[in-house]
Amino acid sequence: MTGWAMVSPSVVLIAVFGLLPVVWAFWLSFQHNDLQTPGQWAGLDNYRQLAHDPVFRDSVRHTVVYTVLFVPITLVLSLLAAAALNRRVRGITLYRLAVFVPVVTSTIATGVIFTWLLDPDYGLVNTILAKLGLPTSGFFSSPHSALFAVVIMTVWGWVGFGALIFLAALQGIPQDLIEAAQMDGCSRSGAFWRIEVPLLRPVSGFLLVWLTINALQLFDEVYVTTKGGPLHATTVVVYYLYQQAFQFFHAGYAAAIAVVLFAVIALITLVQLRLTRDPSTAGERR
Amino acid sequence: MTVAQVPRRRRRRAPSPWHLVLVPVALLMAAPLVWMVLTSLSTLEETRRFPPGLPSSLHWANYATAWHDSPMAHWLVNSAIVSVTCVLSNLVLCSMAGYAFARLRFPGSSILFIATLATLMVPFQVVMIPTLLIVKHLHLVDTLPALVLPNLATPFGIYLLRQFFLSLPVELEEAALMDGAGRLRILRSILLPLMGPPLSTVAVLTFLSVWNDFLWPLVVIASPSKMTVQIGLATFTSAHYTNWPVLMAATVLSQVPVFVLFLVGQRWFVQSIASTGIK
Repeated sequence: MTGWAMVSPSVVLIAVFGLLPVVWAFWLSFQHNDLQTPGQWAGLDNYRQLAHDPVFRDSVRHTVVYTVLFVPITLVLSLLAAAALNRRVRGITLYRLAVFVPVVTSTIATGVIFTWLLDPDYGLVNTILAKLGLPTSGFFSSPHSALFAVVIMTVWGWVGFGALIFLAALQGIPQDLIEAAQMDGCSRSGAFWRIEVPLLRPVSGFLLVWLTINALQLFDEVYVTTKGGPLHATTVVVYYLYQQAFQFFHAGYAAAIAVVLFAVIALITLVQLRLTRDPSTAGERR
Repeated sequence: MTVAQVPRRRRRRAPSPWHLVLVPVALLMAAPLVWMVLTSLSTLEETRRFPPGLPSSLHWANYATAWHDSPMAHWLVNSAIVSVTCVLSNLVLCSMAGYAFARLRFPGSSILFIATLATLMVPFQVVMIPTLLIVKHLHLVDTLPALVLPNLATPFGIYLLRQFFLSLPVELEEAALMDGAGRLRILRSILLPLMGPPLSTVAVLTFLSVWNDFLWPLVVIASPSKMTVQIGLATFTSAHYTNWPVLMAATVLSQVPVFVLFLVGQRWFVQSIASTGIK
């Protein structure tokens, strides 16, 4: 019974704050609930309403556009940054520091800093663009550019994480493999693209899923920069969920949004698990 | 410096062409944070001038304003209390649970472990509303315990430590078991000295996720005196909008503890974060 005694504090905590709320969230999604008074049974009302809610549809579209831009950009830039950081050159510690610091910078600090950097009138970025004779942008203040400004900001926040993961994987690749290839007449860049990049496939797969899941859950940066605006241009799914639950007090409706989000994320995770177990790629893991 | 001992010929080697890539990359990544610090030392007029430039003198007064206009000290202390409590609790609880799941067979052990792992897949937004209702039932809304409770034991920590214990040879513990030592005793006196790397990973990841958490404190905390530094900074931002020097000073203040820890323990931070990708 020592086993039970040793796991019980954690298991009780995870049951109460991890498992119970999942079941409760499903239950809530079939209710009308304002977080104050006892909920009323609503059947499938919330889901039916969700299917016809234009703001929800917009929020899904914004989330998809955001994810489709954010994930590949971050993935590619992370890989390139990691390749550059994987050199034994003077000052590499300093270079790595510069790339990794955003990883520990909070999403809120990132949001505040970028609101200032991308300020349409006095921001540094517009000043530089104007100096170079390039068109300036309204960034967060214009409905046409706000979502792209969010992409720029979050890419900055995540490239360090991706580079860190890629760098760790690159350093795990035995050097003699690359030296052998170079002996056989392969150029250094050839060795990178033909040997290192294919060996990074499992890590890339992990990052792809990790970044996608995080992109679908985007909230903090939107809350602190645009509050979903202007004109709903940056209302993403989780922001809409938050508004429904805590501004309009439609907790049941918000729970239905959460369940849909959960289903999508679970599907992505399961596909990833299947792909990494696929025998054709299994040999490449490790 | 031992550089002087290196033969001259080697020092004169042409600098690597990679600097041409690394310098712009590092500058781009560092620029937002450098600009944050520069703005925090400028006057308000200097930030409203076109084109913007370096501050004429170091205007430290912004830090005083940010510190006095907000309960910043309170927020930092709250964040520290919440994250340190969660880190310590995770170290203890996840070690015990991870050890039991790795070494002991008891009724329901595999089901419990699978259930624990399954919660890893659940995004916080899904459980957020029910968690608020649970905290409400416990009469803990708008208190620091509400921030601590859901993070006392995390499935990732349990998983990580279980994998670590599985990688250790059982022989380490056999002699002590023969002598009748209890499992907790074995954990404390035989295994603890070996657990440095996984424990520092759990500590770093728990600290970062709790310290930087925003959504849960936003939902459950209302009083300024109970806020963590992240929601504190967000409310301060809406109150001081466009006073960028003071806002940047507040942002710097909110980030200083994490930056200092990161600089001191960069190796542990990097290794810990990298381990999330290795699975």
